[in-house]
Amino acid sequence: MLLIHCPYCDETLPEVEFAYAGEAHIARPENPSEMSDEDWQEFLFMRTNTKGPYYERWRHLHGCGRFFNAVRDTVSDKFLTTYQAGAPRPDLDTLLPPQAEGGK
Amino acid sequence: MSFYRVPGKGRVDLSRPVTFTFDGKTCAGGRGDTVASALLAQGTHLMGRSFKYHRPRGAVAAGSEEPNALIGTRRGPGRFEPNTRATVQEIYEGLQTRSQNTCPSLKFDVGAVNDAAYMLFSAGFYYKTFMWPRSFWDKVYEPFVRAAAGLGVCPSEEDPDHYASRNLHCDVLVVGAGPTGIAAARAASADGLCVVLVDEHSEAGGTLLSEPQAVIDGVPAWDWLARELAALKDTGVKVMTRTTAIAYYHQNMVGLCEKLTDHLAQLPDDTPRERLWRVRAGQVVLAQGALEKPLVFHGNDRPGIMLAGSAQTYLNRYGVLVGRRPVVVTSHDSAWFAAFDLADAGAQVQAIVDLRADVPEALMQQARARGIPLKLSHTATATRGRLRVKSIRVNPVTGTGVGSPEVIACDAVLMSGGWTPSLHLFSHTRGKLAWDDDRTTFLPGETPEACVIAGASRGLWGIKAALNDGAAKAREAAAALGRAGSAPPYAVAQDRTGSGVSARELPTDLSPGRAKAFVDFQNDVTAKDLRLAVREGMRSIEHVKRYTTNGMATDQGKMSNINGLNIAADALGRKQPQVGLTTFRPPYTPTTFGAFAGYHRGAHFEVTRKTRIDAWAESHGAVFEPVGQWRRARYFPQTGETMDDAVRRECAATRAGVGIFDASTLGKIEVVGPDAVEFMNRMYTNPWNRLGVGRCRYGLLLGEDGYIRDDGVIGRMGQDRFHVTTTTGGAAHVLNMMEDYLQTEWPDLNVWLTSTTEQWSTIALNGPDAAKLLQPLTDVTLTEDAFPHMSCTTCTVAGMPARLFRVSFTGEIGFEINVPAPMGRALWDTLWRAGQPLGITAYGTETMHVLRAEKGYIIVGQDTDGTVTPHDAGMGWAVGAQKPDFVGKRGLARPDLVAEGRKQLVGLLTDDGSKLEEGAQIVFDPAQAIPMTMVGHVTSSYDTGTTGASIALALVAGGHARLGETVHIPMPDRTIAARIVPTVFVDPDNARIRIPAPETEGAAA
Amino acid sequence: MTRFNAFSLLRNALNGHRGWTEQWPEAQPKPAYDVIIVGAGGHGLGAAYYLATQHGITNVAVIDKGWLGGGNTGRNTTIIRSNYLYDESARMFDHSVDLWQGLSQELNYNVMYSNRGCLMLAHTVHDVQSFKRHVHANRLNGVDNRWLTPQECKAYCPPINISPDARYPVMGGALQQRAGTARHDAVAWGYARGAAARGVDIIQNCAVTAIRRGPDGAVIGVDTEKGFIGAKKIAVSASGHNTQVMATAGVRLPLESVPLQALVSEPVKPVFPCVVMSNAVHAYCSQSDKGELVIGSGTDQYVSYSQRGGLPLIEHTIAAISEVFPIFNRMRMLRKWGGITDNTPDRSPIVGKTPVQNLYVNCGWGTGGFKATPGAAHTLAWTVARDEPHPINAPFTLDRFRTGRLIDEAAAAAVAH
Repeated sequence: MLLIHCPYCDETLPEVEFAYAGEAHIARPENPSEMSDEDWQEFLFMRTNTKGPYYERWRHLHGCGRFFNAVRDTVSDKFLTTYQAGAPRPDLDTLLPPQAEGGK
Repeated sequence: MSFYRVPGKGRVDLSRPVTFTFDGKTCAGGRGDTVASALLAQGTHLMGRSFKYHRPRGAVAAGSEEPNALIGTRRGPGRFEPNTRATVQEIYEGLQTRSQNTCPSLKFDVGAVNDAAYMLFSAGFYYKTFMWPRSFWDKVYEPFVRAAAGLGVCPSEEDPDHYASRNLHCDVLVVGAGPTGIAAARAASADGLCVVLVDEHSEAGGTLLSEPQAVIDGVPAWDWLARELAALKDTGVKVMTRTTAIAYYHQNMVGLCEKLTDHLAQLPDDTPRERLWRVRAGQVVLAQGALEKPLVFHGNDRPGIMLAGSAQTYLNRYGVLVGRRPVVVTSHDSAWFAAFDLADAGAQVQAIVDLRADVPEALMQQARARGIPLKLSHTATATRGRLRVKSIRVNPVTGTGVGSPEVIACDAVLMSGGWTPSLHLFSHTRGKLAWDDDRTTFLPGETPEACVIAGASRGLWGIKAALNDGAAKAREAAAALGRAGSAPPYAVAQDRTGSGVSARELPTDLSPGRAKAFVDFQNDVTAKDLRLAVREGMRSIEHVKRYTTNGMATDQGKMSNINGLNIAADALGRKQPQVGLTTFRPPYTPTTFGAFAGYHRGAHFEVTRKTRIDAWAESHGAVFEPVGQWRRARYFPQTGETMDDAVRRECAATRAGVGIFDASTLGKIEVVGPDAVEFMNRMYTNPWNRLGVGRCRYGLLLGEDGYIRDDGVIGRMGQDRFHVTTTTGGAAHVLNMMEDYLQTEWPDLNVWLTSTTEQWSTIALNGPDAAKLLQPLTDVTLTEDAFPHMSCTTCTVAGMPARLFRVSFTGEIGFEINVPAPMGRALWDTLWRAGQPLGITAYGTETMHVLRAEKGYIIVGQDTDGTVTPHDAGMGWAVGAQKPDFVGKRGLARPDLVAEGRKQLVGLLTDDGSKLEEGAQIVFDPAQAIPMTMVGHVTSSYDTGTTGASIALALVAGGHARLGETVHIPMPDRTIAARIVPTVFVDPDNARIRIPAPETEGAAA
Repeated sequence: MTRFNAFSLLRNALNGHRGWTEQWPEAQPKPAYDVIIVGAGGHGLGAAYYLATQHGITNVAVIDKGWLGGGNTGRNTTIIRSNYLYDESARMFDHSVDLWQGLSQELNYNVMYSNRGCLMLAHTVHDVQSFKRHVHANRLNGVDNRWLTPQECKAYCPPINISPDARYPVMGGALQQRAGTARHDAVAWGYARGAAARGVDIIQNCAVTAIRRGPDGAVIGVDTEKGFIGAKKIAVSASGHNTQVMATAGVRLPLESVPLQALVSEPVKPVFPCVVMSNAVHAYCSQSDKGELVIGSGTDQYVSYSQRGGLPLIEHTIAAISEVFPIFNRMRMLRKWGGITDNTPDRSPIVGKTPVQNLYVNCGWGTGGFKATPGAAHTLAWTVARDEPHPINAPFTLDRFRTGRLIDEAAAAAVAH
């Protein structure tokens, strides 16, 4: 069972308190009606599904209820960081120790 | 005192005798015995039969790695379990045990015919045959294979015991309470860390229990053990015995299974049988020790042949000599000590047979001093004895080959192929293993978890090394937690360190192709099976394992994996790492289902949500149905009524008078804030700007794909406040979806969302007399002018604060009264009493479904299925086409969602008046052959309503343009014709929904 | 290739089994192939087998980063059924079941396909409606499936608890008699042996690092740990890693890879005669020929390639098993493991051509790929050989996510595969 740091509560808590919410940083387009079917498909369905550090969303469902973002290594399931929704995408270089990156 | 029990040896308390039964015969032992030790004490080695060949087998080990001595254990009704390891099960007064996989008996088993035909049953033989004729696999071969396979029998009764679970947080968890673990717990706890020490055995001590000769810091081992355990207790270390660390999960969560009652003669009333612990540890110290490897030679499986270390354990811990005339066969020093201990306890060791030419002189001196014949550079090539080993055949090994045999009579064979570190939990962490060629074993490498591994489980032998490593590693763990820990050096006398070589299959002068040299005892996998697998192209240990089933028995390869790997690697001519090590899977030892299920059994399998009115429904004979986690009253049968009878009565009464319905399970969300209207505009398909305060509207919620997700009536309670209702099952999902958009897409909107499902009790009144019933109880004027259909207001009802909705899910005059949840029952009772003169009738969900279907109102999830758009459902009117955007608007415009021929919701009336089955499929052409072209299905169907006919709703391709056409519903026995009609069967003009204008007093009188 | 039958077994038994030969040789890559299949699971090996046997294309390599059959083929609970709702799914899975019936004989390898029946239990009124919809749709599609009362369910599978007092009482069940199980490893091995015998190279432990495309955009080969290997056509069938492999060719997929866990009990004598699935309670169970209860768990909620899975899911799975089959509460779990499943938004697979010329994909089988092995492989081979959809895999395009023509088995029935 994962341990997850809620950036709003500033507490690290067990996974059962949280709900997964898919890939992060996929903003809903401003004007969906103006989008092509291809672009809408991209927004709706296409996912990076990264093997390695993945930007993803969680919700502290049984806590503060807030959605937040995380970077988690999907190979080890280790969280590299979590951050508040709306915060910029953290740079992976600052999250990964150099040797870990080299080892990938 | 039995013949094999050694006075003064062991920790079994024979002054407290215990009797139990084995295959119906009464056996005796002492407190502290296992079934295996007690049987061995009376000279019984034969305890079971093997999986495939049904060969007689005895205990080969003394712990949880035992593959052979599996028994059925029972204590009274419902308390039976198969495949219990006799080497682990403690005896208690009244325990009943049985041997398994035998027919008709343990000593004479007809299944042993397989043994005679063993050459046919080679690895993977079943992949090569049983294919003709084609139909015979299911009917002939497979039943035969299945009946022959399996070990014990499944329990046949419900388990009367209960199970528990707990969470535990600690700084350091130490797994294994041998010398390594004890030293680790001491070191880690020295600086005030919270330490937990667990061990699967009935008492802590590990190796020390089998090596009482050792002297630690000047104190005899067992005294030292008692002292240390007391000290651990004093420092607050939680020591848990009979507790197996079963699995290592993410981020240092370790699952433990604690056995609480399986050793007790009297079951305490209030104690669970087992308890699952979810331990979250800052650091984990793995001190699981090492497992001894069997030697692989022809006939290495007969009862009486066991691991040398286990024989030493039976002697020193249980006071049992496993044989009076044993032969020791080994490639490792450790077995020599077992020989010495047995000799010192009175056994006449017939020989020590060692594969090695060079053995430490000190060992040979000790052997000679005890008069034990030595056979160095010798191999074992066969054994004899049907139900117990009687002799062993040994041959000298020279530079040129295997010399002439010599047969040594014996009553036990103690074997040792050296030791292999126990890396199971380490492997669960996805830790990397490193191959150590010198020691022919894997050792732990790096792990992603906060975990250290110490002692024999990382390849260190001897008590001193274990103690010092345990302490040192625990200090590392403490340091990682910012504490010092302590690691005093330990001094150990009479320590038994040693070394050895790793043997593959032992050299032999007999044909290896015919040898029954077992690697996996339980599954009857032999060295030749492994070689056959390699010959057939299985080059990875995963393939070899799966092809031969090596390592897949209930010991999960504890006995067989490393020997199997070595033999396969040899056959391939490759190094072991190139062949791979099969991953160890949780659990460490087989773990009772009940421990995982824990409290979640029976009524507690899942929470049951009940409304405040549930008790009334129960006392009025309601039949319930589960809806999501809720239980809802489905109908209220009166004496002798079937469901159809009751529903017909409830429907009629509601249409004729007034019906009362508990709608409390409806999801409710309070949407509040200056931007509430904008938020609603974006979420729901409908436009909300012009909905006045005090008015409500039916709302449709889509997914971004354009399909209907949920619906409900939404009331505007104020300029900035909406009372949103959702389906019963969809409430949580809708709120989550709203929160998602609000928090992450539109954080600029000033809106607050609150789940109010459980804040309100909701009672629906429907029927021509609904207003008549309600009017005296409220200050709201219930006229068509003052409070028209689709109104809502805050008011009081029966003196209770209420939100009153004028809505109808039945087509009758309808009200939904929301009062603070705790008042729900009081309101219900008040309405029930007040309604008696009007013949008020309580109805359940079934009647609700019928009445709404008669009006063509959909149920999301029944008349829609996740592929239905608002237009498909005939609710294009609910879509605010003028709105620039809402959730699902773009999805609705995708090519397939605007294509011709989509399935659309229509009504159906059968030509013959019969009731259609929900889920029945619809075709246009009934004469076509199978596979038919299906054009839709019946979503709702009832013949219990008030129209006098059976009615149905259906999704039909292009249905909206096919009104009046006939479709066909092919059933198994006949095809039913039905006419497509509008979805509204009752009162299409909505006349009944109107409250009649008040008549003059005179007329009323 | 030595033919397998009782006589060859007997003959070899008499000579110490020294006559058996390799079921597939250890192949080293050639410079180029007509077709390269990425992923040596049942689907990929099967496609190679059918390319060779049905289309005469034998200059084929199946390349895997690990051992053949080491992915989901060797990690699933071996349930085979075809009682799917939508015509498209029913055709695909029933085509598979048709092929399963004779697969042992076709491959001369006993894959132990067992028609023991699959019973899906209904626990709510909604379940009843949904399952009856399946039963009726299946009947008109010619797919075997029938409705059983609770008593009939109990008679078919005695361990089921049909007490009306259960938290989720059994209200009936849908039985597909033709459904069943097979021996998963044997499927991979049988296809591998059959393909290799016809000249297909099976290259194990050789990760494909990239798909290479030529100036015209069409594929030209793959980069691997053992160097570049040319190919006229490439089919990717690498469950758990399809996203990564396809991304190297510039193709984005609507996939999320999530951990799926499964477990077995200790072996016991026959007690459980069929496959039972209970979607409402999340209990999926059968008994292997070896005697182990084989139990499917759910998927964890997050994307992961760790193949670990968490404890809460296992606790829930076991609780569900004990709820539906209370006599199993004292049984013991022997082993649990995890796999990586690629899930599409509509829980139906993507099989066929891609926007890249001569690149084909077979992915998104979610938790239900094993049962489709022969059908998926058979139709994929057709598509690769002819560069056109097979009538059965034609609906399972990547393009459906643009048009909205989804095959939404999950939404339609809330049925786990």
